[in-house]
Amino acid sequence: MAQATDALYARTLTELASGLKQGEFSSRDLTESLLQRIDEHQARLNTFITVTSDIALQRAAAADKARANGNEGPLNGLPIVHKDLFCTRGVLTTCGSHILGNFVSPYDATVVERINAAGAVMLGKTNMDEFAMGSSNETSYFGPVKNPWNEKLSPGGSSGGSAAAVAARIVPAGTGTDTGGSIRQPAALTGTVGLKPTYGRVSRFGMVAFASSLDQAGVITRSAEDAALLLGVMAGYDPRDSTSVDRPVPDYVAGLSKPVKGLKIGIVRQHFDEGLDAGCEERVKAALAALKEAGATLIEVDLPNIDLSVPAYYVVAPAECSSNMSRFDGVRFGHRADNPQDLLDLYCRTRGEGFGAEVKRRIMIGTYVLSAGYYDAYYLKAQKVRQLISQDFKKAFENVDVIAGPTAPTTAFAIGEKTDDPITMYLNDIYTIGANLAGLPGISVPCGFVDGLPVGLQLVGPHFAEEQILACAHQYQQLTDWHQQGPRDFS
Amino acid sequence: MSSNWEVVIGLEIHNQLATKSKIFSGASTAYGADANTQACLIDLGYPGVLPVLNGEVVRMAAMFGLAVNATVARRSIFARKNYFYPDLPKGYQISQYELPIVENGELMILDEDGNEKRIGITRAHLEEDAGKSVHEGFGQSTGIDLNRAGTPLLEIVSEPDLRSAKQAISYLRKIHAIVRYLEISDGNMQEGSFRCDANVSVRPIGQEELGTRTELKNLNSFRFIEKAINFEIERQIEVLEDGGNVVQETRLYDSDKDETRPMRSKEEANDYRYFPDPDLLPVELDDEFIEAVRQSLPELPDAKLERFIEQYKLKPGDAEILTHSRAVADYFEAVAKETDAIPQVAANWVIGDLSAALNKESIDIAASRIEAAALAGLLNRIADNTISGKIAKQVFDAMWLGEGSADNIIEAKGLKQITDFSAIEGIVDAVIAANPGQLAEYRGGKDKLLGFFVGQVMQQTGGKANPGQVNEILKKKLSGD
Repeated sequence: MAQATDALYARTLTELASGLKQGEFSSRDLTESLLQRIDEHQARLNTFITVTSDIALQRAAAADKARANGNEGPLNGLPIVHKDLFCTRGVLTTCGSHILGNFVSPYDATVVERINAAGAVMLGKTNMDEFAMGSSNETSYFGPVKNPWNEKLSPGGSSGGSAAAVAARIVPAGTGTDTGGSIRQPAALTGTVGLKPTYGRVSRFGMVAFASSLDQAGVITRSAEDAALLLGVMAGYDPRDSTSVDRPVPDYVAGLSKPVKGLKIGIVRQHFDEGLDAGCEERVKAALAALKEAGATLIEVDLPNIDLSVPAYYVVAPAECSSNMSRFDGVRFGHRADNPQDLLDLYCRTRGEGFGAEVKRRIMIGTYVLSAGYYDAYYLKAQKVRQLISQDFKKAFENVDVIAGPTAPTTAFAIGEKTDDPITMYLNDIYTIGANLAGLPGISVPCGFVDGLPVGLQLVGPHFAEEQILACAHQYQQLTDWHQQGPRDFS
Repeated sequence: MSSNWEVVIGLEIHNQLATKSKIFSGASTAYGADANTQACLIDLGYPGVLPVLNGEVVRMAAMFGLAVNATVARRSIFARKNYFYPDLPKGYQISQYELPIVENGELMILDEDGNEKRIGITRAHLEEDAGKSVHEGFGQSTGIDLNRAGTPLLEIVSEPDLRSAKQAISYLRKIHAIVRYLEISDGNMQEGSFRCDANVSVRPIGQEELGTRTELKNLNSFRFIEKAINFEIERQIEVLEDGGNVVQETRLYDSDKDETRPMRSKEEANDYRYFPDPDLLPVELDDEFIEAVRQSLPELPDAKLERFIEQYKLKPGDAEILTHSRAVADYFEAVAKETDAIPQVAANWVIGDLSAALNKESIDIAASRIEAAALAGLLNRIADNTISGKIAKQVFDAMWLGEGSADNIIEAKGLKQITDFSAIEGIVDAVIAANPGQLAEYRGGKDKLLGFFVGQVMQQTGGKANPGQVNEILKKKLSGD
């Protein structure tokens, strides 16, 4: 056990940073050891689509040199993996799809650029639901990711590759994207920390779009502290993304020390209605009790329209998706059907072959809801519901600092269990979607186990209150050690 | 036959804005580069890229709106127009749909009877241009050039207020002049900077309800637009008079055959599934911005025309020609201000000799080989009788060839006019003495021969004799007084 905790792979980013600083090991040592660990577990968990060993070793050497020269960035020499929908220059960027199966990006996403500039070492690109459309990682063209807590189970999705890799102590941190819960839900199902920032806090440039008004980049780590460290690097205005917000980036790590005492925590009545697994409910309530014990006040709040969030989401997100997916036409990049007979044949076969069933389903739903004669009844109405949900949150935050509740209705479910029933699958995001519709920051932190499977506590804050939810999550992690418990086979 | 029918025309103008870079990317908009060399990852619609609005297009659209007395929207929204075509990289065009930047404008034109007529401008909205399909040189396939993709367009939509092809052209020319005055477009129709689609229908005179319209595309010169509309009017009337129905469709104009024919139905998209583009924020303009744009507006063609007639006492027809282009008007004014000649003389030279010389070499007036001050110098020498108008043409040609100022050329070539009465008289005497036969005929009543004698005197003097004096002396001597 002592040996295991000493192992580099078991350490958090913050711990690794101090080891590097003290010269306990070099970036090269660290990188080699993690690349080996990736190699050992890839066949078992399928967390990666691409492993970038050569680039990683080069960057590790550069990081060691930078440290020797005394010009280290805030993430100098620290390992990172990127969800495979962040464009990475010269590296395959597939989005988990056959249609981008051969796509090597000619440029870096802003997130990648910033993390590189901070000195981090990219080890590879992680597996994901195709174009981030899915809640189980089963829609990936490259096969499902296995949950390290039980390999028959799904790690959740769509950022399942990053979540499973972090949970399995393969890497300490990975980027993810969250459109309806795609960071927080897999974090909950794998016992990791998943942070989705405020819409506009992190640039979307170079992040392949699923639903542009909902997509936001974030991180999956093993501690709130690590999430704070990474967010500080990723966040900030980007002139290449008109929806990114020009607003100073606070020192998130410094903000972690803010105590829970005096914090007003909102509990949403609707979150504890039917649909929530009893075991999960018990764990979440215990977590809330612990926060209360630490000095927080629990206040019941009402989100009267939150039940409409899933149906509203499944109109808005597919609508934007149907348009965003149009550029994949076999003309300029990506998969192209062999020997097209004419233009229509090129389009139909390229897209027919290139997209999986879930992406096609959403393109069809989205096309339908935007069609003349249906637009008002679906898209416009969904946008109105979205407004109502935003207002509900705004009102709730007049009385509380954060809203806390479950991240997902159940613990991890079996691979294959919900694939034939998209509605049940969609309901897995029932607690997370609201934050996307309203553009709010949210974080999921481990809060215990049910039958040996992790449960997540979700904290949602007002716009740009990342500091607040990170501090609350961090303080909770000072009181508990759930986040330090890893899956047996991987600890 | 057409006398029983009323024609109804509405125009959609696609006007490329003269920005250096594209509407949503930093790539150059310059025309004529090698295929696909001016398309960056954003223009190519690569995965993950995002559009960022070029603020210059907003200013230009606002200028246009104010110039046509329209409302410039305090808040306008970009929307996605979804359809598949290989020259449309993203599979959608970013345009404006429900909330355009300019609405409810108007323009006055002169109708066939010379009466003022108001033409409504429904809206003008910003959008991105598509790329081009290239059909030559690819065998059975079609090439795609995306240099044009993302070039900013201002689409200007008129009300169906135009009642003839002539009115349509008159409206178009006015819009064309305005966008060039505002310097928001080069208006080059050959290069596609200023393109037009026409919606044409006819209805029995007196009928309120509009007839079924067709949309004419591929109209790239004023002449073709007029021909296409006239062809289409005749065609529709023929169809209706034969008891048929006009089919609502898009028709292409074929300038070689001078006819319109239906586009293949495949080329017509139906449901564009517009929705607000989530990648772009609403464009919000405050009063301060709009006021600043208003202050920056130059004098517009109509105002300038009136002023030229009033201030320079020009013939209205000439004033109109001069004010058609801002550069020509500016040139004229510069000449008029510097010369002692009356402004109408300056106008004659600009419209006549200068325009001819520029046209011959396809030179823009801004790049004229003779600058306004130099032309004024030439006109001064006519005004002070140093040279005749005829010699002035010779000096002009020399100036055009870069031989120096009017004064230098007059001096170097000895072109100064002979105004010495006795000198001219001597030459006249010699000419009459040398042509006794013609003298006899003249005196026998053949007055026309005066021209012959004038010619002879001019020849002898190298054209330098003052024409008025020559005439006067000749008449006197020939009649034997």
